[in-house]
Formats: sequence, C-alpha cells, structure tokens
Amino acid sequence: MTEIPRGPELGDLPEAVGKSGGRRRMQLVWIIPIIAALIGGWLAVKAVLDRGPTITISFRTAEGIEPGKTKIKYKDVDIGEVRSVTLSEDRSGVVVTAELVKQAAGFLVEDTRFWVVRPRIAGGTVSGLGTLLSGAYIAVDAGKSEAGQREFKGLEFPPVLTTGLAGREFLLKAATLGSVGYGTPIYYRRLEVGQVVAYEMDKDGKGFSVRIFVHAPYDRYVTAGSRFWHASGVDVSLGAGGLKVQTESLAAVLIGGVAFGTPEFAFDETPAEAGTAFNLYPDQVEAFKREETRFEVYVLKLQESVRGLQVGAPVDFRGLPMGEVIAVEVDFDKAAKKVFMVVKIRIYPDKLRRRAQKFEPVPTPEMVRRNFDLLVSSGLRGQLRTGNLLTGQLYVAFDFFPKAPKAAIDWNNNPPVLPSMPGGLQELQESVSSIVAKIDKIPFEQLGADLQKAMRSLDETLKTTNALVQKVDAEIAPELKGTLEEAKRTLDSARRVLETDAPVQQDLRDALREVAGAARSLRVLADYIERHPEALIRGKSEEKP
Amino acid sequence: MSRGVPTAADYGLAVCHACHQLARLPADGHGRCPRCDSALHLRKPDSISRAWALVIAAVILYIPANLLPVMETDSLFGAQADTIMSGVVYLWTSGSPPLAALVFFASIVVPGAKLIALMLLLVTAQRRSTWQPLQRAKLYRVVEFVGRWSMLDMYVVALLVALVQLKGLATIHPGPGAIAFGAVVVITMFAAEAFDPRLIWDPLKDRHDRDSPRT
Repeated sequence: MTEIPRGPELGDLPEAVGKSGGRRRMQLVWIIPIIAALIGGWLAVKAVLDRGPTITISFRTAEGIEPGKTKIKYKDVDIGEVRSVTLSEDRSGVVVTAELVKQAAGFLVEDTRFWVVRPRIAGGTVSGLGTLLSGAYIAVDAGKSEAGQREFKGLEFPPVLTTGLAGREFLLKAATLGSVGYGTPIYYRRLEVGQVVAYEMDKDGKGFSVRIFVHAPYDRYVTAGSRFWHASGVDVSLGAGGLKVQTESLAAVLIGGVAFGTPEFAFDETPAEAGTAFNLYPDQVEAFKREETRFEVYVLKLQESVRGLQVGAPVDFRGLPMGEVIAVEVDFDKAAKKVFMVVKIRIYPDKLRRRAQKFEPVPTPEMVRRNFDLLVSSGLRGQLRTGNLLTGQLYVAFDFFPKAPKAAIDWNNNPPVLPSMPGGLQELQESVSSIVAKIDKIPFEQLGADLQKAMRSLDETLKTTNALVQKVDAEIAPELKGTLEEAKRTLDSARRVLETDAPVQQDLRDALREVAGAARSLRVLADYIERHPEALIRGKSEEKP
Repeated sequence: MSRGVPTAADYGLAVCHACHQLARLPADGHGRCPRCDSALHLRKPDSISRAWALVIAAVILYIPANLLPVMETDSLFGAQADTIMSGVVYLWTSGSPPLAALVFFASIVVPGAKLIALMLLLVTAQRRSTWQPLQRAKLYRVVEFVGRWSMLDMYVVALLVALVQLKGLATIHPGPGAIAFGAVVVITMFAAEAFDPRLIWDPLKDRHDRDSPRT
C-alpha cells in the first residue's frame, strides 16, 4: 500500500458538480416510524378497546373443552374463546374462564345461558354432529335481563329453546312425568307445535312441574279452557262403534309427547296468558272430562244406615252425574232426640247447565236458591240407592217424588239441608211391610169354605160321568164287535180273489195266452196270403223241394 | 489497524454511492457525481437519524408482529389463528424441540437481536464512542448479512397460503401479524442500510487528531 498522495497529487480527480437545489430540511424517513407508531398505536388501542370481558362458567365436566381452542359461539358466530379450565374449589365441577369479544358484553346478563355443544342423540333428534370433527364448543343463549353478571352456571343439557323465539311458555302440573323429557314435542291436532323446556319435581315430591313452550302462531290455540294430556300411549277402546285405537303420531308413541286440545264444553276460549298453569292428564278421555270449578255444598240428613256410602260416591239426578259425596258424618239432634246421618254432597251446577247456556252469565246464588226452592216444592228429594247389589255400594240419587211430604230448604243453614226420602233398603223394608199388610187383609177362611163347596160339586160331576161310561160299555160294545167280525170276513174273501194263485187269476192268465196264440196264427196267415194271394183260390201249395 | 491515518474525507474526497467514482467535493460539502449525477456525500447524510427512524419503526412493529396471528387456519376442525410464539409452543409440545428452537431463533431472537444490535451501533456512533470499534464493525456486518434470512417465516406462510386452499376442508390465510413481521424485517434491513459504518471509525480519527494534532 502506497502512501496516500497529498492533495496536489490528486489534481486529475474530477470536481464534483455543484449541488442543485437546496437541501431538504424535513427528513422524510421519519414518516416511517410515525406511520409505524400510528399503526402500532392503532393496533394497541384497538386491542385494548376490543378486549372483551372475561367470564367464568361452571360446568359439571370439562369434557371436550380445551383452553385456547374451544370457542364460545352465539348462533354459530365466534364470540369468545376458552382461556383456562380449572377445577372448582369444592372439586364438584370445573370452572371455565373465557374471554369474550367486546361486542359480546351485552350477553353478560343474569339469564344468559351457556352450554356445551357435543354430539347428542335425544328426543328423537340428533344434534351437534358438526362437533364430532371440530370439537365441542360452548353455545350461548342471550338473556333479556338487565342485571349484569360475570359468573355463570353452565347448563348440562342444551336448552330446548333459545330466546327470541315467538311463542309462549306454559306450566303443566303432572302427577307423573310419564315419558316427558327435555324437548318432548307438544302436539296440537297431531301437529308438532312446541316442546318441553324443563321439568322439575315439586318440592313436596307429589308431582312435577313441566314447563313447555308453544311456538307462535299455535300458542293462541292454548286457551284458558285447554286441556293437556300425555300423548305417548296407544289408547284402545271397545265401544258401540267397534274397536278404536287412538294414538298420536308414531314418533309420539315411541318418544313420548304431550298433546293439547280444547274440549267442546269449554266456556272460556280466550288465549291463555303466558305462564298459565294447566293440569297434565294421563290421557285424552281423562283430560276431556269436565272438570268442575264451581260447586255448591249441601247436606242430606238421613236416618238410615249409610253402610256402603263412600266419600266420592256419585250424586246423580235421574242418572246424570251432578256431584259427589264429600263427607259422611253423624249428628245428634238434641231437640228431636234423633241421630241423623249427615251426608255432605258437592253439586256442580255447571253439570246441569245446558250447553246452549254457555254464554249466559253464571247464575247468581239467588237464582240458584229460587230454582232449588221451585224444584223442592215440586218434589225433588234425595235418597240413597244401591249402586251395586253385590258390593252394596250406595250413591245419592235425586229424583222427583210428587207424593213426598212437603218440605222446604232452610237457606239459613250453612250448608243448606236438602230434603231427602228414605231410599234403598229402607224403601225396600217399607214396601215389604205394605205387602205383608195387604196379605193380611185376604179372607182366607171364606176362601176355604168356597173351595170346599166347589170340590163337592166336582165330585158329583165325576160320578155322573162314570155312570155314562158304564152304559156305553154294556150296550154299544157287543154290537160293535159283530160288525167288526162281518167286516173281517168280507175282507178275507176279497183277499182270496185278489191273491196271485187264486183260480180267477189263473183262468184269466190262460185266456190271455190263448188269445196271444190266436193272434200269432192270424199274423202268419196274413203274411202268407200277402206273399201268395192265389192261395185264397188254389189253396195252400206244397213246398217245392 | 493504523490510527490517525488520513481519510478521504480529510482531503474532501467522496465516493459516489452509485458508480463508485471518486470525486473532489466542493467546500460546502455538497455536490453531484460528475459521472452519474447522483448526490455525493462524505458520509451518508443523516445516517444516524434515518437509521434511528427506521429502527424505531421496526421496534414498534415488532410488538404486533409477535402478538398478532401470522397465520389463520380454517378447517373442518375449526378455525385457528397462530402467532409466531404459539407456533413455537406447538412445535415444542408436539415433540419437535429442535424445530421449535430453530423457529424461535430465526423468528423471534434474530429480529430482536438485530434491533438491539442496530440500536447499540446507533447509540455508540451518536456518542462518538471509541469502544470496541472492530467488534462493532463485525456486528454491523453480521446484521447486514443476516437481515434477509429472517424472512423464512414469511416464505413458509406465503407457501402455505398459496398451497392450502382446499375449499371447505381447509384454507390458510395470512394474519395481520405476518404484515407486521415482514415490515419489521424489511425496515431493519433498510435501517442497516441507512447506517453508515464509517461512523464507527470517525470518532477514532477525531480522538487521534486530538491526541496528536496534525501539523
């Protein structure tokens, strides 16, 4: 390396051209970090702003839930992700911590529901098949409440319905759950119109509360008078019209179902309010029985045995059931020094109302009293009757007894006492005694004397007849014998003549044979003459050899 | 290494950046190449501030590059967004520690180390430090050399995005992190380019001059 020459030695180097244009003061390069800062800042701000709320959801099991992978979805849109899964403090379940996107903040209210979507086969439907490949996810149903919440209890089963569906929810009270489960269909005229949302046993353990949801527009067919019944069974009935099998759809038979309908006699046809409670009947027949809501209590005071009369025994009016016995008590009337059997009955006035009166106002108590007074004055009485001769079961019957002693209802009593007639065994006893009395009145002695007289005259008559018969025997019988012998002889000779080997017959046969021979000869002669007519003149010629 | 050796700058000589023509600069220090008419400078103008600007930009972008997903996978098995770090973690947990280490090194350590190295060079140059000039010069060469190799990640993402487009079954598309990451790599390359390594040596000369003033 040579010594670097000093300035003068570099004379042959070209001179740089003068710089054109002023030097830019602003250094454009600084735009780059500014832009980067802006982008970075914007991302940071966005990240902070977009940072959604963190929530915890408790589940019984973390099956299928993976931190960092499992999504939270609402209507299949990702709104969050599971961050961690930890055991709950009491180790009875798991606590899932999840971070939601910012827009999902509105979901975090009290009644928002979370559940894990896994493949399921239930209620005749298969759901969550997509999660077989993608893995489970947590689904959300947004609540409507205003109160915010960050800690949720996850559902173990997917809710049947998501909020925002048009329709109404009702409550069914059932004695047994039957085949009702989550998602059991609700049928109206065999059309699936809703589902069972939830069920739980009542606190007293005596029944179930089943919450159902009926979709619009069918929810308006649920009226105040509607009846619900289990539609899972096959109802076979044998009636005058033959064998009848009644079922809902086959699916309902297999997986159960609840059907509803409104009986013809229902008075109230206004659509039921959401949340109205209904009874869930075991079957349609049961459901469509009139359920009486209005009733009046009366009392019958009887002096006869009430053996065989049970609480719940029917009260009927000429065979039409109109109430039931609710209590049988004993009462001692000090004034009359009599023991009464007090039978409390409940009468359902609606049973006696005509269907045509459906829209008439419910009769006032005054009207009812007036009607009863009228009926009693024309002989309406209650009595015990035997319903079943074998078991001796009794029931209370009302009927008109125009000859019954006058009676009136004292409306001051509570409950009022309806007049009664002895009935059943008592009645039978009375009838028998009246029959005995009548038998008593019969004049048996005179009847005996008359009978004796009659017997005597009959004896005489018989004697006369005997004499007549003897006379016939003595006078007519010998003559009859002679005649009979004569006839026998005649018949004998007739037989002889007609017998095969009788002479007459023989002679006749011989004569006939002779005639037949003569006829043959004559035919031979006739033939000969026909061939030799000359023989008539020349006589019979000799045979030529 | 000879200290106090006169430099071209001492003689008012500058090399054209484009055609490497040596030329004498006017007294005001500004001129144009007589051969190719590009601007001539004794040193890269505003080298340090330019490099600083780019380094700062890269540092800012380095954050989203590592936090945002670089690759989003939609498949039958659900959607998944992976950041570089989650990819490293996945590789590590799924039984490929060497691969995880490689990705971690190439995609996280190298860009970060590059930025730190550049900042070190810039700070020392700005303070006209004379500390370890040779090591710093070597560091600069390494930074310049290694710059393009950090784009490996981007190549992988670009390839996968182009190849895996099975509609319905699986699709892959780049995430916002990929853009930031690419920007980091490119901007650091520019920053390394903008830095004038001669600035490492200038303070030495100054000190030498101060210690033994030229006559």
